[in-house]
Amino acid sequence: MESIVVEGLVKKFGDFTAVNGVSFSVGEGELFGFLGPNGAGKTTTINILTTLLKPTAGKATVAGYDVSTHPHQVRKRVGLVPQELTVDDDLTGMENLMLQAGLYHIPRSEARRRALELLDLVGLREFADKRVETYSGGMRKRLDLIAGLMHEPEVLFLDEPTLGLDVATRAAIWDYIRRLRKETGTTVFLTTHYMDEADNLCDRIAIIDRGVIKAIDTGEGLKARLGGDIIELELVENGLDVVRLLEGVEGIRRVYVDGGVYRLTVERGDKMLPHVLEVLIQRGVAVKRVSMKRPSLDEVFLEFTGRKLREESGSWEDTFRRRMVLRRMRA
Amino acid sequence: MREILGEIGVLTMREIRKWLRSPFLMFFTLVQPVIWMGLFGKAFNITGFIRIPDEMLQNLPPYVTSQLAEIFNNMMTRLFGTADIDYFSYIAVGMLSITILFSSMSSGMGIAWDRRLGFLNKLLAAPIWRGSIIVSKVLSGVLRAVMQAALLLLVALAFGARFHVLFPLGPLAAFGALFFLALGLTSLFIALGLRLKSWESQAAVMNLLNLPLMFASNALYPIALMPSWLQAVAQANPISYAVDAVRQSLIYGAAADPSKLLLDLGAVAVFAISFTAIGVLIADKGLRGG
Repeated sequence: MESIVVEGLVKKFGDFTAVNGVSFSVGEGELFGFLGPNGAGKTTTINILTTLLKPTAGKATVAGYDVSTHPHQVRKRVGLVPQELTVDDDLTGMENLMLQAGLYHIPRSEARRRALELLDLVGLREFADKRVETYSGGMRKRLDLIAGLMHEPEVLFLDEPTLGLDVATRAAIWDYIRRLRKETGTTVFLTTHYMDEADNLCDRIAIIDRGVIKAIDTGEGLKARLGGDIIELELVENGLDVVRLLEGVEGIRRVYVDGGVYRLTVERGDKMLPHVLEVLIQRGVAVKRVSMKRPSLDEVFLEFTGRKLREESGSWEDTFRRRMVLRRMRA
Repeated sequence: MREILGEIGVLTMREIRKWLRSPFLMFFTLVQPVIWMGLFGKAFNITGFIRIPDEMLQNLPPYVTSQLAEIFNNMMTRLFGTADIDYFSYIAVGMLSITILFSSMSSGMGIAWDRRLGFLNKLLAAPIWRGSIIVSKVLSGVLRAVMQAALLLLVALAFGARFHVLFPLGPLAAFGALFFLALGLTSLFIALGLRLKSWESQAAVMNLLNLPLMFASNALYPIALMPSWLQAVAQANPISYAVDAVRQSLIYGAAADPSKLLLDLGAVAVFAISFTAIGVLIADKGLRGG
């Protein structure tokens, strides 16, 4: 059974179209990611799927219920971890979880049992009775994550789960997300603007840009669509007409020159590399440096959207929020 | 229904815990009324102006003194409700209602922070009655305001405010009036906090309301001393009725007027009920997604 089914979803704010006819579906137990820059429509989509916003057009079913006609049924079955840290600084970790449990009408003894179990899972048990204001950014995010799981939701929504965290903490959060998902079997829908996050965590990735889905596939599948590997070359002497020479070689699909670096897209890098070098040496072209790499999702994003994935300037409110999240993370 | 009471319970507990754990905030909400109390109550001793120095009275024949006493007592009663009153006690009691005003405002700001920090979204994504969010905010706001007023009452006592409680139910009537005032004002400011989403416009509106509401009331000085247009405003201000109710029941003693007290209580109750109803309606609209 599908956990999320979305058909032709549109959301307009006045003249601005945030989500423009998005369709996809997510299977039960799948970890599905929305990858795109800020302002691509990721959070708007999450807000519609968690019943915070009403869609302008289209249909969305989550955990078997239509978000527009049965919002209460949907709310009972989904968990939301917003991108802002929503745990309360003035309460302890345990009190935060018990508050969450109260909102989902879980009996106290049952709630306590679950809270301890989840705290164990993310290594926070010994901090359960400490106030959250004493937690680090990573600890707060972990608490926020398990707060979203207190009522054992069928679908968990994570909006930018590692925004503003340092590299080591991010890797740790990924571990916890994998573990929580393994233990609970929950379907996870996450949004991110980090390539490595999508690549590391998600079973399938939807690339979204300006409210439109450009591609949906596994990370590997998306990379395979680019076709092959990339060979980078630097020459001892520039200015030779190497481009035409290389383009003539069978097996090389494309040649880009970027600041003295030649980037060749080839089908099988391991086989093509010796061949390319042989051709160059035969023509007396001296090679200074050579390297080969598999394409990353960065290249994939560039390929599908025609632009690099980078921070876009948002509204003032957006910037403020982001800064506030960052500040709280560092605290 | 049990579920809804549970939701309201946990959300109210959250607010109360937050409040009790930030003594700093509690302290600062108290500081401002205490400053007003000290500044006006002790420095501008208005009742002192109307008194006649003792040595002057001693040099006058007894019948003149008694006539003078009558004139001045009349003036005092007309202005302050009773002749036997000092300005500090008068203003200290007024400040109880002002602390309710400030405290209600900070409750209104609280919901704006919940929205900003994303906490409100988490609540809205939960399977709870939307009204629970508002009811718990109002409930905790009222509780906080009334407790704050009780604290201030103790401070006033410590600084020498004189109380003359005539009715056995005086304290109850006083806190009843303060409760109604808190209910109406908290609902009003929470509704404002939800409707005015931008931080700046909210601060602007709150600042616009806060001082005029305080000065255009009988909290600091008698309405009878005001120009007639201001009297009209002060008479429409619910704070005036709460202040008068507290004065009637706590400091006027034998001069207290039971029918006036009942009228005051009725007026603040009507204010509370109508503003709570309006507030909940407005807030409910503000919580619904677009």
